[in-house]
Amino acid sequence: MELLVATGIGVVAACGVYLMLRGRTFSVVLGLTLLSYAVNFFIFATGRLAVGVPPVVADGAPGYADPLPQALVLTAIVIGFGTTGYLVELALRARDETGTDHVDAEEPRQ
Amino acid sequence: MTIGTASHWITAPVLVPAVIAALMLFVGDRRLGAQRALGLASCIALAVIAANLLARGASGDVQPYFAGDWPAPFGIVLVLDRLAAFMLALTAAVALFALVAAVGGRDPVDAHGRHFHPLFQFQLMGLNGAFLTGDLFNLFVFFEVLLIASYCLLAHGQSAPRLKAAVHFTVINLAASGLFLIAVAMLYAVTGTLNMADLALRVRELPAADVPVARAGALLLLVVFAVKAAAFPLYLWLPGAYAAAAAPIAALFAVMTKVGVYSIMRVHGTIFGPGAGDAALVTGSWLEVGAIATAVLAVVGALGAQSIGRMTAYLTIASVGTLLIALGRFSAEALGAALYYAAHSTFVIAALFLLAAEIGFRRGAAGDRLVPGPAIARPLVLGGAYLVAAASVVGLPPFSGFVGKLMILTATRDLPATVVLWTVVLASGLLAMIGLTRAGAIVFWTPDGPAPDAPVRRDRGPWPALAMLACGIALAVFAAPVKRYADAAGRQIADTQRYAADLLGDGKARSVRPFPGGIRPEGGKP
Repeated sequence: MELLVATGIGVVAACGVYLMLRGRTFSVVLGLTLLSYAVNFFIFATGRLAVGVPPVVADGAPGYADPLPQALVLTAIVIGFGTTGYLVELALRARDETGTDHVDAEEPRQ
Repeated sequence: MTIGTASHWITAPVLVPAVIAALMLFVGDRRLGAQRALGLASCIALAVIAANLLARGASGDVQPYFAGDWPAPFGIVLVLDRLAAFMLALTAAVALFALVAAVGGRDPVDAHGRHFHPLFQFQLMGLNGAFLTGDLFNLFVFFEVLLIASYCLLAHGQSAPRLKAAVHFTVINLAASGLFLIAVAMLYAVTGTLNMADLALRVRELPAADVPVARAGALLLLVVFAVKAAAFPLYLWLPGAYAAAAAPIAALFAVMTKVGVYSIMRVHGTIFGPGAGDAALVTGSWLEVGAIATAVLAVVGALGAQSIGRMTAYLTIASVGTLLIALGRFSAEALGAALYYAAHSTFVIAALFLLAAEIGFRRGAAGDRLVPGPAIARPLVLGGAYLVAAASVVGLPPFSGFVGKLMILTATRDLPATVVLWTVVLASGLLAMIGLTRAGAIVFWTPDGPAPDAPVRRDRGPWPALAMLACGIALAVFAAPVKRYADAAGRQIADTQRYAADLLGDGKARSVRPFPGGIRPEGGKP
């Protein structure tokens, strides 16, 4: 399971970085979103991967999952959601104002 | 609590702007006058509170505030020490003058777009929170608060160059936020805590297998803070952003780079300071090399800049380079020197941004670009202010820049790289002086036509800029007490043991983790 989760995070992060390095604001937004997914999973994994245990202390259970990373992920998701929303709006605005969706606000010369 | 809890005033620098900003949203954009009154009242209140906290911080104790009275590693903790109090006071002063500059003048910036005042308050809330928090994750949260506000403030007024700069600024900072979270998660994975005091104790006793992860996390944090501070090679976003922003906003942003420097002091000075066992001083020579490159490239940029605003943006980066040179080895003396220099450079650079805008306004179409243009009407005050600011920023006596650079040179006198560091600090000052002299000569001394017709209304003069310069001069006049405070702050930052003891009490409070290697709760199920 560790291998699967680790490769999953790695692939998503790599796709995110690739998209972020592209020249159009839409790909950049997608890239940042993918990167933040990868980051959220990574934070989640720092609580160690535990299967079949309750999220908080319960009587009779063999243990419990680390609740702190879950709280951190929740905060990170909320913040990421807000900033992504703002970035989408900013990108649209910049496209309206400059007439291009290129991140440098001008079409590259052919 | 067994530990002496500090007064509730510590929460005020975060709560006041948050409440005022929310109030402003109810007041609405239409009633700009009411919003202005609220904003100014908030800034004045913050200045008073910051002065109060500055006096409290001078007692020398690290004063924690436990939200909800949860003990330290578990709950949210705010910490007031000399460093935090100093930065709060600096922010409050710059914010007050920047706000006056934004609402005053002939073409008030706050009327250029919507929601200027609430955003300004949220920015202050984020800045103050970042300085006060004693928890790495809350540092991230407050960073996000101040960044979200700064994204909007940068785009305030909405023109094509501003939106382009805002897109770059937002994207690079969002990427940095992702790295911040990764670094925080790595540190949590090996230590099981994010409380700074607890972290500082934990990284000393890490098992050897976990040390590389902690070091990697610390270095990732350095990258993140270098993005915020605009250090080489992560400064490329700054000149465009700061030059495109409206002048009062750029003046406020002068504090924002200092947040990056502050975080490096706090995290790499206190947590990963010289006493941190195998993870001590992870920054190694990276910080010095980066600092030197930052200072050199920034003054080259300043020499090549085509407008005063852009030149000031490059000088902001140069000041960060000088600051990081001082940080180098995180000795107590160097931290004190860096703190003094941070205060000086923030005031002077904020003033230069405002002066650049005023010069641009008075020259009409030529703006603040370095091309021959019409003469400036009544240049005495403006030119004099520019001269003082320029002399101060390059470090000529008797101004604050001289005192600050002298402190930095003294603090770095015994390092292996002293020759290089001193050369860079002194030569960057010289090159900056050439750039500023050239700009001043073009703007003030070589007009190619008479001054544009005098504005209908009488000039109000660049009062906020003059007030900031006065603060810079006050730093030079009262250098001795400020230096004592800064030096004491430097010693306090370097004294990790004391910081941890004041925050955690007997040091027995330990976080609890439900897996092997973690510490189980007392009486918890095996």
